[in-house]
Amino acid sequence: MASLDRVKVLVLGDSGVGKSSLVHLLCQNQVLGNPSWTVGCSVDVRVHDYKEGTPEEKTYYIELWDVGGSVGSASSVKSTRAVFYNSVNGIILVHDLTNKKSSQNLYRWSMEALNRDLVLTRVLVTNGDYDREQFADNQMPLLVIGTKLDQIHETKRHEVLTRTAFLAEDFNAEEINLDCTNPRYLAAGSSNAVKISRFFDKLFEYLFTPVILQKSLTWKESA
Amino acid sequence: MSFLIDSSIVITSQILFFGFGWLFFMRQLFKDYEVRQYAVQVIFSVTFAFSCTMFELIIFEILGVLNSSSRYFHWKMNLCVILLILIFMVPFYIGYFVVSNIRLLHKQRLPISCLLWLTFMYFFWKLGDPFPILSPKHGILSIEQLISRVGVIGVTLMALLSGFGAVNCPYTYMSYFLRNVTDTDILALERRLLQTMDVIISKKKRMAMARRTMFQRGEVHNKPSGFWGILKSVTTSAPGSEMPDLTLIQQEVDALEELSRQLFLETADLYATKERIEYSKTFKGKYFNFLGYFFSIYCVWKIFMATINIVFDRVGKTDPVTRGIEITVNYLGIQFDVKFWSQHISFILVGIIIVTSIRGLLITLTKFFYAISSSKSSNVIVLLLAQIMIGLIFRACTLSPPYC
Repeated sequence: MASLDRVKVLVLGDSGVGKSSLVHLLCQNQVLGNPSWTVGCSVDVRVHDYKEGTPEEKTYYIELWDVGGSVGSASSVKSTRAVFYNSVNGIILVHDLTNKKSSQNLYRWSMEALNRDLVLTRVLVTNGDYDREQFADNQMPLLVIGTKLDQIHETKRHEVLTRTAFLAEDFNAEEINLDCTNPRYLAAGSSNAVKISRFFDKLFEYLFTPVILQKSLTWKESA
Repeated sequence: MSFLIDSSIVITSQILFFGFGWLFFMRQLFKDYEVRQYAVQVIFSVTFAFSCTMFELIIFEILGVLNSSSRYFHWKMNLCVILLILIFMVPFYIGYFVVSNIRLLHKQRLPISCLLWLTFMYFFWKLGDPFPILSPKHGILSIEQLISRVGVIGVTLMALLSGFGAVNCPYTYMSYFLRNVTDTDILALERRLLQTMDVIISKKKRMAMARRTMFQRGEVHNKPSGFWGILKSVTTSAPGSEMPDLTLIQQEVDALEELSRQLFLETADLYATKERIEYSKTFKGKYFNFLGYFFSIYCVWKIFMATINIVFDRVGKTDPVTRGIEITVNYLGIQFDVKFWSQHISFILVGIIIVTSIRGLLITLTKFFYAISSSKSSNVIVLLLAQIMIGLIFRACTLSPPYC
């Protein structure tokens, strides 16, 4: 087992979108039988083969931190949640395809996680203040996952998928739409599984780039 | 002719209240959720509109505005509509939404919600037995029966809420009850929380690795589930199998996860207390602290007086406002037409009480709703709140005329 301090990925999203089911599916390849509210944070571990299929293949553990709660929580809950946002390597944003508000709240979730200082000084960030520039030079890998795909009727599917494509573009991230109660969506070899693998690989590339190089990259872009 | 004018005034105000209820629902209550069942929003707004109209009609009655016959007509109509909503529609919808949240009974939603509604009606009827409501003048299925039952529920609810408010209000306002929380306490708890998470992660890593090696070796993954499975795994030990270890580790992980939840809640509590301490140091906080002392003394005195009244079977003859004015006038020796002024002052007080109670009710509704709702139960809770709201307003309407 390669020794890395830790690889930490946050799983964020509104209550009831299916984060716990998703994490269970990703880590144990099984559907979660009895989902219940997540109080605080629940962690699970996924074993990932970096650079699978090449001679440099290595196996790592990836920790998926599933943080519960809603964006409109009391500020005491937000301050408590902020302790989980330390030294994060990647973020998975989960929204419910049947609930437009959960997609809109993703902006606030990402601001809360990426700008911990804003949380601590209790500055309210609403949709209007969402700053695209901040995401343009954000290097942290993001992934947008839409759940409950089976509950969308065939006729409405196209417009929902167009909307989520715009959402993923705003975050400069990949997107996946699936149903957490059906393991078929993440079967080995499917396009979704490939996207997830690529996302996790990106985490390691981001990790292995020396910090100085990262900083010079951001300076070059803003110059 | 005047009837038409009066009706149009009342109906316009009803529409205004309806719009206000709609906006309140959308902006405040359902800020974080998506409205999928418009029926809930409509029912909530209609309930709010009719309740406010009842208040309005009482105020008109006191002031003597509008024709008395048209007032009477609108009052009767309002009453009928509200009773209809309160007793037939809202309980049925509540049963329907509760049942549709449970996955198992999804197919037979309609018959089961009818059954729930019939149970509700049975208990509702039984409620009137201990009270002397049935009289030979009115029949069984008359409006008086329904109103009296609703009044009983409303009074009980109001008493419960007032009692709760009387105790909770000083507790939140007064700084006497605040523990002293320092930053080091919070940091220590956070460190413990993160340490627990680390232990959970290391155990889960072991489990994940064990599962993966078993999967690669091609062993049949026979997860011991249920009581007999665990017994079996304890007694039989398959060669080279790591199953018993996994169940043991799983149990340890479950215990640790419970611990992490408790630590998280404690930390959130500490943060909330710290905020309250900071708030109490501000000017507003000091003002509320003083109010808290005042209210607690007043509440204790009220409880004392109520106990004495019940024990010694005394009934108050005049209402407090008139009595208070009488005492003040006699003490100060001013020439004062007590009867004339007391009526107007009582009316103003009643108006203030009504307005502040609506405002306080809406604020409490919002806070309560945020605290306990989730995307699944939001519909049910909104309907429950609408039900409670009507009950309370009924009580205020039917029992406040003695003040006038």
